[in-house]
Amino acid sequence: MLFNEIKKILSGKTVGIAGCGGLGSNAAVALARVGVGTLIIADFDRVDETNLNRQYYFHDQMGQFKASALKNNIEKINPSILVHSHIITLDEQNVSKLFAGCDVIVEAFDLAEMKEMLIETVQSEMPNIPLVSGVGMSGWGQNESIKTIRYDNLFIVGDGEIEASKETPPLAPRVGVVSNMMANVVLELLLGEMANETKPQQ
Amino acid sequence: MKLNLNNNEEVLDTSSDILSINEIRAIKKFSFNHLVVKINNVLIKKVRFDEPLVRDGDKVDIIHLISGG
Repeated sequence: MLFNEIKKILSGKTVGIAGCGGLGSNAAVALARVGVGTLIIADFDRVDETNLNRQYYFHDQMGQFKASALKNNIEKINPSILVHSHIITLDEQNVSKLFAGCDVIVEAFDLAEMKEMLIETVQSEMPNIPLVSGVGMSGWGQNESIKTIRYDNLFIVGDGEIEASKETPPLAPRVGVVSNMMANVVLELLLGEMANETKPQQ
Repeated sequence: MKLNLNNNEEVLDTSSDILSINEIRAIKKFSFNHLVVKINNVLIKKVRFDEPLVRDGDKVDIIHLISGG
């Protein structure tokens, strides 16, 4: 598929991103670069210096709300993307309202209990919308442990094992790998599977 | 009881013919607090984890969630 054809399909798509931290900010930027037409992003938090080791923000954005700062950064990269930015704490009540009408939803929280709340809410109230979630991306190395597991229309990306801790902080490389794998699953859901018909020229 | 548990065929050591999610967690010694459960691809909310819902041959996904992001 030509990039112009890809862009044309993606321009009509809407992706919801729950959380604008390490996973959400990086996945959102990847999806904006390839031209997903509408992004609905939500986060209650502000940019802190400790976020800059992995999240898609700049030193001069410290103190700004992440949802606003991310919208600004996306508009600098690709001004044709429509970004609906919500400074909000997501819960069982507002998730369905905010993300109804999305083609795909991305779960990009940091806390396990928030991941649980979002997956439970989306999969019970909007079971037809595919959901891509990041579970296990802390520490460094161990590329081979990162994978995507599919449970019907729930896609879990990550190592599934290494919890964020003082000794295993989430860091840019592994968080970047997982967030971009999540964006890659989103693309596959939006575009369909890539045809492997082009063989290398001899 | 035969189950497809987390995409693996498993036989659980139990004499009952119907189990709750919490009984399966105890049998399997799953100790994580935060999880998402699907039975035959349908999400089961946490409030139903003590209900007898799982029968022989079911597909059960117990997905552990850990912090980090």
